[in-house]
Amino acid sequence: MPYKHYILICAGTACESSHAQEIHDNFIKEIKDRQLESDVQVVKTGCFGFCEQGPIVKILPDNAFYVKLKPEDVKEIVDENIIKGRVVQRLLYSPKEDKGRHQMTDVANIDFYQKQFRIVLRNCGIIDPEKIDEYIARDGYKALEKVLFEMSPTQVIDEVSRSGLRGRGGAGFPTGLKWSFTQKTSSDVKYIVCNADEGDPGAYMDRSTLEGDPHSILEAMTIAGYAVGAHKGYIYIRAEYPLAIERLNIAIGQARDYGLLGEKILGSNFDFDIEIRLGAGAFVCGEETALLASVEGERGMPRPRPPFPAVKGLWGKPTVINNVETWANIPVIILKGASWFAKIGTERSKGTKVFALTGKINNSGLIEVPMGTTLREIIFDIGGGIKDGKQFKAAQTGGPSGGVIPAEFLDTPIDYDNLTAIGSMMGSGGMIVMDEDDCIVDITKFYLQFSVDESCGKCAPCRIGGYQLLNLLEKITSGRGEMADLNKLFKISQAMQKASLCGLGQTASNPVLSTMKYFGEEYQEHIQNNKCRARKCAQLLKFEILPEKCVKCGLCAKVCPVGAISGDREKGYVIDQAKCIRCGQCLERCKFKAITRG
Amino acid sequence: METIKNLELKPSLIDYIAQWRDKPGNLIMILHKAQEEYGFIPRDVAFKLAEVLDVPLAKIYGVITFYHFFKLEKRGKNIINVCMGTACYLKGGEDIIKELEIILGVGLNTVTPDGKFSVEAVRCLGCCGLAPVVSINGTVYGKLSKNQLPEILSKY
Ligand SMILES: Cc1cc2nc3c(=O)[nH]c(=O)nc-3n(C[C@H](O)[C@H](O)[C@H](O)COP(=O)(O)O)c2cc1C
Ligand code: SF4
Ligand code: SF4
Ligand code: FES
Ligand code: FES
Repeated sequence: MPYKHYILICAGTACESSHAQEIHDNFIKEIKDRQLESDVQVVKTGCFGFCEQGPIVKILPDNAFYVKLKPEDVKEIVDENIIKGRVVQRLLYSPKEDKGRHQMTDVANIDFYQKQFRIVLRNCGIIDPEKIDEYIARDGYKALEKVLFEMSPTQVIDEVSRSGLRGRGGAGFPTGLKWSFTQKTSSDVKYIVCNADEGDPGAYMDRSTLEGDPHSILEAMTIAGYAVGAHKGYIYIRAEYPLAIERLNIAIGQARDYGLLGEKILGSNFDFDIEIRLGAGAFVCGEETALLASVEGERGMPRPRPPFPAVKGLWGKPTVINNVETWANIPVIILKGASWFAKIGTERSKGTKVFALTGKINNSGLIEVPMGTTLREIIFDIGGGIKDGKQFKAAQTGGPSGGVIPAEFLDTPIDYDNLTAIGSMMGSGGMIVMDEDDCIVDITKFYLQFSVDESCGKCAPCRIGGYQLLNLLEKITSGRGEMADLNKLFKISQAMQKASLCGLGQTASNPVLSTMKYFGEEYQEHIQNNKCRARKCAQLLKFEILPEKCVKCGLCAKVCPVGAISGDREKGYVIDQAKCIRCGQCLERCKFKAITRG
Repeated sequence: METIKNLELKPSLIDYIAQWRDKPGNLIMILHKAQEEYGFIPRDVAFKLAEVLDVPLAKIYGVITFYHFFKLEKRGKNIINVCMGTACYLKGGEDIIKELEIILGVGLNTVTPDGKFSVEAVRCLGCCGLAPVVSINGTVYGKLSKNQLPEILSKY
């Protein structure tokens, strides 16, 4: 090893936003002050995945995994770990069950990492994404070399087809098949597009991949260009992801300098270049035809399919469009072979899936698991269970197009077909865990609000249907619902599925259908008993004063903004339910916990 | 219209346009640059762009209004983005918006009368592990409780 120590600092978004940069600068300074520059290398990496524990620093070869660091901890780590070779116990990761006991564990033994298997995230948290040499050192661009000099375009497509890789952007279309359509369509110009629009509002898989390993995407797109006969690629990325954009720009520049993009790549006869195009905050632009319209500089309106982009896409030319995560798998498939890849996963879903595991879960973060892993393994083994010892209620996958998975399916192996069968979908990889304090109707309303805001308005079923669904949900959560509304919800949902033009409208009602199916009881409670069991729907709450706890101080009566609390210091105080607007201010103010919310 | 015709675009925007002029589908990229330079897309800039790029004004406004990212009005000196992605919603993102409304006296997408702040809702800032999250001028504040807001705002 050229260096005695490597200090890997997570520079993913979550860690960056909790002082990773300062931690990095402190390391550089301390190391310089002690003239250790030739012994120690400091590397800024992509997301380690375990964002809940951030900021994270890992030191090699000691394999010390430091979590929740503060900039002022750096000096101690340098003095102890780097100079004296003694790991700083108090800063190490401590699993929940060993409360307070910090001990050295091999990172691979940490519960959070145990059941994971990394293909897509192979380099995240390991290499410096701004240095092409580090990517190359880990077999980067080897797949491209192999393809250019040892494989014919058809062989490349065969390999991808035989791997069984399906698109990770949501729909799960076989990637090799898609490429073959484009290959077979003859045209003077063809395009390769990377969909990095990541619209699901609670998911950041693609962002982390781009931030942690940008070259893998460039390499994969170039391979596809060779396979289908395209010479130009576009990466369409959300403008909200400045760090990913910056790293992509650096990566593209380096790849051009190294002759890995541009003319005569690696001395072959193949030319390929990549350009970045920015999205501008429209969810529908994640849909492939809308995305292409946006790359063309137009309003991002979906177009009817067929024709599919593979045949008639960007500027009317055959276009392969794949999701970031789909791309990240390609170099590995080429290098390790289709049969290696096809051994991982289930019968019809091969490989791994990356999920952004968030919500009411102990170990929130970015995880990659083999297809076929169960929800129970993800939530309880990797995720460490539900926060604050609460009860698991449901997991949501597929974002605004998906549905909920209730506890009864915790042991279902997760793959494309199983998730569809139980009324949810794989989606792009958002997995949001809900506990007993989350109201299922309220969450459904949240997703509907999202889809209504994001509907492009081109077709009526989506524009009008979505709005009506939202109104009905609003009615139910505010205590004005009627039982007949349930049937209306169902009817409108079905109509939207059938008649909408694009995937947004066709799937916007999925959250409604799926929650009504598994949590119908809760809808009924809202309507018939005016009750929200999670106590989330403010309009259904009832604030009351408990006479046995009340000391008659009168503070609540003073803070109530609408004068709903009356009484005096003799008789005590009561809340007039007719006047109460359920703002909760009295409850917050009462120092004696004499006010209940039910 | 006289004043509009005479507007000079900022030199950095002119350079950028020169660089992008011949690339197909360049309008959105140029609008991004314009917003970066001006903070929003002022009316006279939109007029000038129509003239320089030789595209109908209607098309420019069609694109600006379609995409949430582009703003037609001046924004506050400091931009507060409240994450309203799913993870942040579950962990109380809405309470943060309400609290900001109480502190600043303005709701979403409005500039405070002193021009100091504007509050915007965004979808997932990509650090859901830290939910609920607010970012001010790009600096992220995570695991936020509404009681921390006054202190944070006082820094700006
Ligand atoms: C409303 C809507 C939003 C979508 N958003 C995304 C997205 O954010 N990212 C993505 O990769 N695919 C998204 N898709 C799927 C794309 O249309 C397309 O299927 C995908 O880019 C194909 O790539 P893949 O085969 O690699 O999955 C969306 C689809 C719909 C209908
Ligand atoms: S389904 Fe909705 S988003 Fe899709 S085209 Fe119709 S209106 Fe637009
Ligand atoms: S604030 Fe609490 S203790 Fe005081 S009067 Fe109200 S309910 Fe009673
Ligand atoms: S951002 Fe650091 S672990 Fe995810
Ligand atoms: S949902 Fe708020 S950061 Fe992801």
